[in-house]
Amino acid sequence: MSTRHTPGAAERPSPPSIVRPYGDTTGDGMVQVSFTLPLPHDKRAEGAALQLAKKMGMDPALLVHAKPMGPDFTFFVVYGSVTHLVDTREVVVIEREYPLLAAKEINLAIKRSLRRKLVVVGACIGTDAHTVGIDAILNIKGFAGEKGLEYYREITVVNLGAQVLVPDLVARARAERADAVLVSQVVTQRDAHIHNTGQMSAAFREAYPSGQVPLLVVGGPRFEEGTAGALGVDRIFGRGTTPGEVASYLVHALVPDAPARVAS
Amino acid sequence: MVRLARSHTTVSVERATLRLAGLSGADHEGIPWVNHLVDAVRAEVGLERGVTTPVFDALRRGEAPDLLILAQKAASGSVSFQLPDGRGLTAARRAARREVSQGIRRIDRQRVARERLVRRHGDPKQTPWIYLIVATGDIDEDIPQAQAAAREGADVIAVIRSTGQSLLDYVPEGATHEGYAGTYATQENFRLMRAALDETSKEVGRYIRLTNYASGLCMPEIAVLAGLERLDMMLNDSMYGILFRDINPVRTFVDQRFSRQIHARAGIIINTGEDNYLTTADAVEAAHTVTVSQLLNEFFAKEAGLQDWQLGLGHAFEIVPEIPDSFRMELAHAMLARQLFPKAPLKWMPPTKHMTGDIFRGYLLDGFFNLVGAMTGQSILLVGMMTEAVVTPFLSDRDLALQNVRYVLGAAGGLVEDFHPPRDGFIQTRARTVLGEAVGLLEAIVADTSGRSGGVPPLLAAIGDGTFGLMKRPADAGKGLGGVVERAPGPDGYDNPATTLLEEGSSR
Repeated sequence: MSTRHTPGAAERPSPPSIVRPYGDTTGDGMVQVSFTLPLPHDKRAEGAALQLAKKMGMDPALLVHAKPMGPDFTFFVVYGSVTHLVDTREVVVIEREYPLLAAKEINLAIKRSLRRKLVVVGACIGTDAHTVGIDAILNIKGFAGEKGLEYYREITVVNLGAQVLVPDLVARARAERADAVLVSQVVTQRDAHIHNTGQMSAAFREAYPSGQVPLLVVGGPRFEEGTAGALGVDRIFGRGTTPGEVASYLVHALVPDAPARVAS
Repeated sequence: MVRLARSHTTVSVERATLRLAGLSGADHEGIPWVNHLVDAVRAEVGLERGVTTPVFDALRRGEAPDLLILAQKAASGSVSFQLPDGRGLTAARRAARREVSQGIRRIDRQRVARERLVRRHGDPKQTPWIYLIVATGDIDEDIPQAQAAAREGADVIAVIRSTGQSLLDYVPEGATHEGYAGTYATQENFRLMRAALDETSKEVGRYIRLTNYASGLCMPEIAVLAGLERLDMMLNDSMYGILFRDINPVRTFVDQRFSRQIHARAGIIINTGEDNYLTTADAVEAAHTVTVSQLLNEFFAKEAGLQDWQLGLGHAFEIVPEIPDSFRMELAHAMLARQLFPKAPLKWMPPTKHMTGDIFRGYLLDGFFNLVGAMTGQSILLVGMMTEAVVTPFLSDRDLALQNVRYVLGAAGGLVEDFHPPRDGFIQTRARTVLGEAVGLLEAIVADTSGRSGGVPPLLAAIGDGTFGLMKRPADAGKGLGGVVERAPGPDGYDNPATTLLEEGSSR
């Protein structure tokens, strides 16, 4: 290790590529885990916990706490040294094409660059009555602990709800001067989500001069990643997407000079 | 506002009334028969006079032998509804009252049963009562989890609803196994869980209370089902649906009044949702909106007949932990609520906004939350999970959370006797500031005349202006507006035997 360290150099040394966890000494490999086994608390259960720790690569493992939780379960805390090494050169980082921004950064970016509110029109189109998806993204209540787009001071949200006809959606988007149109499609019987989305993007391209079509975004549990181009939309979001991700993407796509910082 | 609520009805109020009359079940697509019947009546003769008069008139004329067959025939369009007058009207109304009163009496019997079980098994030995949430999506999984939680010390079990149920304009039917981030509220799920907790109450020697949500587009119907199946507490906020779910304000206030009348009759404790103001705004800046909401909730609750002991007014521990004196301010806010509503069973809710993946810090925050609850004499304590915002709680998370509560209540529960913040000290000053801001906001609402020309009450105008939270919710927009109907005036006008029985306090 000392060969890597150049005393007096202005730059920090690059971290080693092979590492082990750090407890209180370099290379000690110490970790802590807690888990529950579906066993009543006795010597056998404690042995089982240590066996599991060993199989997880903890050797030696130290059982520091075992507590019965009801008659059928036992909770354990185990400390131990893991035998594994990790090689940071083998870590593959998949980058999102846009940075994830905090609500404040999003509001600030819109305010600074757009100098007006960003207008988002959302709807479930076709016969789809499942507004769960669009509401999770748009309603202030939000999803997964994140507030919906309505919560953002600099975003104006027009949520048209369910079973909106495509011509109505286009008309409303024009009237509201929408920057982005969000469409949710949950029902997938006979590929309804594909047909509806294609119909929607075609209608927008027909109604707007080229280059002025609002950003078209669809979301739903059954869209395939990478088919945005084929469907004629700008982006697809899948299951588990949070409002913050959508808001960050909108800023990335619509706001010039959007911040590039990647929030942790 | 009250006049507005009394002069309108909604599809959900009418469906709730039919449920009291004994109509239940759904067609093969899961659409409840109450929806079919109300829709058919509305399409033919409108709901201005209430659904029961044309329905019981049709039964009297022999269109069908009972409500279920009538609803089935109405669904296929083979019944004709009329608005009777004279003797026909009197007879239809009498029949309606007779049938609806059976539902009311069943609610009365359930209330008596609860009182008997509480006497037999007893209330929790300590206050606050310990309130714990289960939410697996599958009622068969919820039941053992709820029973385990009760054995570990929970006094109140809340079953969270599936995401999106509040926006369904019908109540799903039967036992359900596939909720998303929660379990659907259905009559059968209510019945199954209550029966399971009755077993557990016997086992643990205290009455375990069951909670669900009377909110969203079906608020009145869920309230009725809760009364029929002896649920003990219901989440029921006067403005939550409007502000956070974009439900039409008039729909909400009409539905809410009916649902609260049912809760009053059923002996159910309502829980209000002031925590939501703090999770969407800064908990220091918005502290006074909690007080205002508590006062509004109290007013609308009492107007609907609820007693002080039924008002589980909410508040929460949501101040940014890093700001100086955050704990002292939490104490000040919690004491303010306690002193403003000395007889109400206040519901104290744990941090969620500032819970991160750092479960160790989260555990500490929950400890401080519990301490505020103990020091200020809160009545219902929603147990905080250190894995909030990370995963649905593990069995062990729940056990650790309950250990946290037990330790704090055991070690510091008595502090409520000793803890008297000094006169004009930080805590008193802060509480006074919040109260002052709350009074200011209420005065601003009363002075809001923007809707006066359109006959919109000041509170609705204020909601429309975006006074609460950041949301502007005009009275003529939002979900469920299409289900609002103005009542026909006069003695031959609107009739709802449920409302009559509830307001008279009679049971026949």
